[in-house]
Order: sequence, then structure tokens, then C-alpha cells
Amino acid sequence: MSRVILPEPDRAILARREGIVADLRRLVGGEAIIADEVGRRAYETDALTAYRRLPLAVVLPSTTEQIARVLRYCNQWGIKVVARGAGTSLSGGALPTEDAVVVAVSRMNRVLEVDYVNRIARVEVGITNLAISEAVKSAGYFYAPDPSSQLACTLAGNIGMNSGGAHCLKYGVTTNNVLGLKMVLVDGSIVELGGPHLDAAGYDLIGLIVGSEGQFGIVTEATVRILRAAEGARPMLIGFDSSEAAGQCVAAIIGSGIIPVAIEFMDRPAIRVCEAFAKAGYPDVEALLIVEVEGSDPEIKALLEAITELAKPFDPRELRVSQSAEESAAIWKGRKSAFGAIGRISDYYCMDGTIPLGKLGHVLVEISRICDAHGLKVANIFHAGDGNLHPLILYDANDADQADKAERAGAEVLELCVAVGGCLSGEHGVGIEKRDLMRVQFDASDLAQQMRIKTVFDPNWLLNPAKVFPLEGRPEAQAKEPKAAA
Amino acid sequence: MPSDVRPVDERELAQILREAGQARTPLELKGGGSKHNIGRPMTTTLGLSTGALRGITLYEPNEMVMAARSGTPLAQLEESLAQRGQMLAFEPASLGAAAGGEARAATIGAVFATNLSGARRIMVGAARDHLLGLRAVNGRGEIFKAGGRVMKNVTGVDLCRGLAGSWGTLAVMSEVTFKVLPMPEHTETLVLLGLPDEIAIEVLCTAMGTPFEVSGAAHLQPAMVARLEHEGLRGQGQAVTALRLENFKASVDYRKGKLKALLKAYGEIHDLDHDNSLALWQELRALTLLKASDAPLWRISTAPSAGPKVVAAIARYMDCSAFYDWAGGLIWLEMLPTTDAGAADVRRVIATHGGHATLIRAAPEVRAAVDVFQPLEAGVGTISRQLKAAFDPAGILNPGRMYADF
Repeated sequence: MSRVILPEPDRAILARREGIVADLRRLVGGEAIIADEVGRRAYETDALTAYRRLPLAVVLPSTTEQIARVLRYCNQWGIKVVARGAGTSLSGGALPTEDAVVVAVSRMNRVLEVDYVNRIARVEVGITNLAISEAVKSAGYFYAPDPSSQLACTLAGNIGMNSGGAHCLKYGVTTNNVLGLKMVLVDGSIVELGGPHLDAAGYDLIGLIVGSEGQFGIVTEATVRILRAAEGARPMLIGFDSSEAAGQCVAAIIGSGIIPVAIEFMDRPAIRVCEAFAKAGYPDVEALLIVEVEGSDPEIKALLEAITELAKPFDPRELRVSQSAEESAAIWKGRKSAFGAIGRISDYYCMDGTIPLGKLGHVLVEISRICDAHGLKVANIFHAGDGNLHPLILYDANDADQADKAERAGAEVLELCVAVGGCLSGEHGVGIEKRDLMRVQFDASDLAQQMRIKTVFDPNWLLNPAKVFPLEGRPEAQAKEPKAAA
Repeated sequence: MPSDVRPVDERELAQILREAGQARTPLELKGGGSKHNIGRPMTTTLGLSTGALRGITLYEPNEMVMAARSGTPLAQLEESLAQRGQMLAFEPASLGAAAGGEARAATIGAVFATNLSGARRIMVGAARDHLLGLRAVNGRGEIFKAGGRVMKNVTGVDLCRGLAGSWGTLAVMSEVTFKVLPMPEHTETLVLLGLPDEIAIEVLCTAMGTPFEVSGAAHLQPAMVARLEHEGLRGQGQAVTALRLENFKASVDYRKGKLKALLKAYGEIHDLDHDNSLALWQELRALTLLKASDAPLWRISTAPSAGPKVVAAIARYMDCSAFYDWAGGLIWLEMLPTTDAGAADVRRVIATHGGHATLIRAAPEVRAAVDVFQPLEAGVGTISRQLKAAFDPAGILNPGRMYADF
């Protein structure tokens, strides 16, 4: 793997490394700087481990003001900066370059304010996703977006990638749950947007910033919506003889007017691995749906009965409602640990396209065909309710040929998603991984408009370099960048 | 009012904008004209109407998605949705009655361009949260697209949200794709009468802090109640505090029981049945109680608990009456006409309590003299000005409508 080309590092910056480190120490204090090679190694990649670059230095700030000082300095001297949360990006969003300073916000993890009357929490963005929910759990509240990596991933990364999760079918993704931001701009100035009220004043800058993949500035604090948890929730398992039947069942549920809180899909290869790992009692079927509904006991009962009726025409092999909190936990544990469980048996390349629901059957058949053609196996796991696919293409990372095939197969899968009316990424972001596929989804004029906005926030293109936008076709400011090399 | 050009397709729209950009001819954008009187008055001589860009281009009820050309009348589109038991869940606020524009004329493009959402915003999100994709033309005359037709999409810069709420100052949408949701099977409303604002907002916030999925939380001061068309409530002659519950009947019944038990200390709780509930919330959405007059009208967004404080603080300086939505976080505030429509006081109070205020209705000379939209803090103002230039370098799209200098 690693077909994506990264630009040659700026040699002048590399040559000044020691001086830059000394300056950073002076600006934020030595204890906030990692300069030794062993320490920097920990930041050379993220969850897309095929790509690695040792960063120039790592800054671990404790305050917004420290970040402001670092950005002001880097902007002044033309030094690139890569913002980082927990480094769980599956698209290489936190991959550094050799000539870049990594600013990792993991130390900034405090809950600053919880306001149950107005149903908001104000937090530093280095807090993990799950820690926000934990902080408000005793009062019966939670923070809705729930990426599978929620134990580790930070709100910073969630904001960068506009992360989703299994339950966003009902509650929306990050951008729907962020009301306010404090952000350091590339010149070191600090702006505050929105707050505890709904819909910030003026242009929707928060909407532009959430999901901008660290291209626009470094967010340091956020005001997020917290929601009162439902009285109860219960999943049911519905097994089918074919993926098509499962896909049609999803459409029937959504079309009926019932919006479950989650509808998750797994195919047989994924089911087997997850069952071996979590002992969740998944049936051994060709395709499985986990459908979860929420509410009081009578509401849950009524909804599950309705869903059972809707599923019957599709000839389910198995229809089973969770009977206990333990069983529900096991069902979700299996699903949420799916990536890890599959990672124990094989290397995999995780895709993240989204498709219109009606194309589900067709796309699943095509994914199998694509992977077969490359001689690779695939396990499918995804958020079926909103058409967000996560095919895991299995390969051997020690086999360069297989790795290359996996990446090619992945690109073909994403091209297929776009061809049927979907998109390259539903929740993982473009990062380095899908950068060169952006032209599949967007034409030159679409990309030009996006890049003009990037230039508004980051006139010299110093933030999170070499990501998101194809290298060719970048504006003039980028033409000066050293020529790309393999 | 300037004369209008009405492009019949996206290509013609792009041609018009290209020429206007080159000639630096400012254009006043218009959909159906229902919000024509909102914003700072412009000095443009040429109008650009999206009224001929009509038609639903995609509707997949099973995927909860619809696309339409931007000039498609909202009423027509909602009719198509209703035939399949679906709706725009964020209940786009109708400004026609309140702002003296043409009633029921709103277009779907303007719904997203203004991002004005109704009562259900507290539960399902704003207009911006339902916009999945768009096609638009920028001030250079370039056609671009953003987003798509799928529910989850984080590919590239989120231009959909960038354009939502930009009041036609960045680009002209030619087509929008959006999420639709099933209409609830059953609706009921709990009503408490005669509560002072502070207590009423406490009731609304308490209800919002339960698991019982309140989908509308409004409070009307007595002066607002007196203007209701709903006779039963108008006849009460006192403040009305309303909580809406929606879903299948058994679920509504259950949650109604729970909420009544929880809120019983606040006084007698009355029920509005399904039909009466629909009538009340439809009326609140249409804002007919804020019918056009010469009284200035403000729309204030603040933290719900700050709502009554904001209103009380402004009321110390001038006579005003309030309709609170969003559990107290959205205030429609009407006041007696003054030379500045109360702007100085409103801005000062907002600075203390947080949030933002928009002057929705006032005489043109007043709207020309005061900030209609919330003034921006310096850093945010700089970015906003540059963002405008990134879409519309010649400044031809609704120049001055939001801010005096861009």
C-alpha cells in the first residue's frame, strides 16, 4: 500500500529543525515539546498505518494561548502544522509530513461546563468522545455521535472529520451536535463562534469548519448538545439468506415511517469473526441486521413488533429480540469491536463510501465482484440505515502485491459508490487516503470553490498539508511547493 | 422594486451571473418574494428571480430524500410530500405574514438560503441539518455542486452548510437535495395557562430534559395569545405555554401521562387533541400572530434559560411582547416603533446575555440605519468578508443585505 504521493519535504525547514525546536520550547515550555526521535515515532502515523512520516517536532499544548503562539510562529516562518487528536483516523487525516510540526491536543481534555437546563456541555476538544457521555451520564444525558473508536478518539478528531457512528440515523453526526467553537486561526488569532444558543449568527462558519479535516485552523474548545437518554433501548437481530433481502428489509423499515435509532448490517464473514470475538449470539446467516429502537417498554415492544411484521416478507431466517441488558451489550460489543476483531485475523483496508439505500443489493454484489477480481476477500459491516458502507478488504500487509491490490480494489469500490449516486466518505474523511479520488466525485469547478475557502482560512496552505485536495490543480500559493516525488 | 430577470435553467443563470460579475452589476436575488423585506435595503437596480427554476427532480420516499430546483414553491413541494405521508421535519418558518412579503410564496431555495427553522428544530435540527446537496452558481458565473443525495457525506468542504443561512450573498442555488421525514401519526399538545415567562421557560426546559421527546416547546405572552386564530386558546385571555408530543398514539399517550405527572406542580395541564394541535402549531409556524404592522419585529436566538431574562431586560426600556419558541431559546419580540427599532437596547441586552438578534421587520429607513443582522466580532467579520469574496469577488450577489460593507 501507499500509492498516494506525498510531497518532498521542504529542505530549508528540515535544516532549521534544531532552531525551530528551540523556539517552540521557548514559546510553550520544554515539557510541552517532544523532539527526540523515539518520542516523535509515536506520532508518525495514525490508524491508516500504511503511511508513516516522522514529524519535525510534536507540541502537546495545555492551553488555547499556547496553540496561538505556536501557530503565529509557524505562520511567520512558513512551517507546516498538523493538528492531531488521538490519531485514530482511518483516512490518514493525522499523518504528519517530515517538515511539519504536530500539535496534539490530547492534554486539553477538561469538561469546562455542563448546563443541563440548556442541555449543553462546553469542553476542551482533547476529551475523548466517550468521556463527554461519561461526564453527563449520572444525570441521564449523553453526547450522541458514537464512532466505533469512541473510547479513544477525541472530540477534536470528531470535529475534524465530522464523525458519525451507529446511532446517527436518529441523532445526526458531529456537525448536527456542535453549537459553538473556539478556534485558533493560522495567524494565531483566536475566534469564538456560536455558543449555547441554536444556529450561530452570520455565515455558518461552524458548518464549514466541522469536517474541514484540520485545514482551516485548530479548534480548542467546543459547545456540544447533550441529550437526555431514552428510558430504554433494545436491539433485535434479523438474519437473512441474502444481502439483497437484508437491503430490501432496511428500505421497508425506513419507508414505513419508523426511524430506528440504528440499523447495522453485517455479512457472513463479518458475523463469524465478530461472533467468535464477542459471543453475542449472532446467527450464522448470509446477512444480519441489528435494529435498535428506543423508548419506554411498551413503545419498544410496539416498535419491535412492527419491525418484525415489516421483515416477514423478506423471509428472515432468524428474528430475535434481545432479552436482557447483558444480551444487548453483547450484541453491540460485537458490532463495535468488529474492526478490532477482524484485525486479529487479517490486515484489512476499511472503506467508507455512502450509497443511496435503493442501490444496496447491486453495490454488495459489485463489491464482491471487485474483490474477487483482485483475489481478495471482503467482510462487509455498515450503517445500513443511512447507506454508509464499511467494506473491509482483507489482505496481507507483508505482501506488497496484495497491499497494492487492496488499495486498487478500494478505489474501485469508492468509484462504484460515486457512480451509483453516493460519495467517497460517509464519516471517515478524505485525509490522504481518498485525496486523489476527489476528482471522481467533484469536477474542477467544485474543487476550486472548496479550495478558495481553504485559502480564506489558510492563505499559505500550511495546515494539514498534502491532504484532502489533489496536489495538481491547487491554487498558485501551492505551485511553489517542491515538486512531488514518489 | 427592481425589474427581474428570470433564467429558465441553470445554464442561463450562470450566463447572467458571469455577465453581471464582469460588468459588476449588483443583483437582488429573489425566490417567491416572501422574505423580500428582510435585511438591509439594497440599492440594486436589477433583480434576479429563481421563480422559473421549478420542479421536483428526485423523490425517493423509501430513502427519505427529495431534490428540487431552487425556485420550486415550498407549498407545492410540501403537497407532494404529504401525499406520501412525509414532510420537511424542520418546519420552515413562513415569514410572509410577519414581514409583509407575499404569503405562501416561499421557494425551497430560500428556505435553505435563510436557514429559518420552526418549532421542531429543537428535536430534529435546523434547515441546514436537512440540506444534503446542492447545485449553485457563484458570483463568477461558475456552476458548482456540493454534498449529494445520501444521508452521510463528509467528502470535501461542506459547502451546503456554508450556503445555508447566507441569504443569497454567496451564490445562487439552482437545485437543492434534502432529507425528508415521515409525518407523525398522531400529535397532541399539553397546555399550561397564565404562567409568567420565567416559570413557563422552566416548564419547557424541564420537559426538554426528559426522555419524552418533546417536539415543540412554546410560550406566548398574553398579548400574543390575543392574536391567535385558535379560538379556544385566544378565549383564555392569559399566557399559553405549549408542549407538543408526536409519534404513534400509544407512545404519545404514554409520554403525555409521564409529563403530566412531572409537571403537575406548575398548575392544571390541558390537552389539545390531534386536530387542535395541528391547527395551533400550523398557526405558530405561519407566524400569523406577528402579522405585518409598523411595529418592529426581532428574532432573537439565545440559550433557553436566558430567554426570559433577555425579554425582561428589553422590557425595562420599551413596551414589547414576546412569543418564545425552542423552549425559550428563540424569541419573536415585537415592540413599539422607535427611530432605531430598539436596536441599541436589544444589542446591549444580547451582549450581556449572549446569543444573536435579527431585525426581521422595520421601516426601510430604519433597516438602512441600524445593523439588521447581529454585528460580527472583528475576527469573524474578517473571515466573513473574505468568504464572501471567495464566492463573489465582484460583490454582485445581494450586496449589503446582511452587512453594510459587503
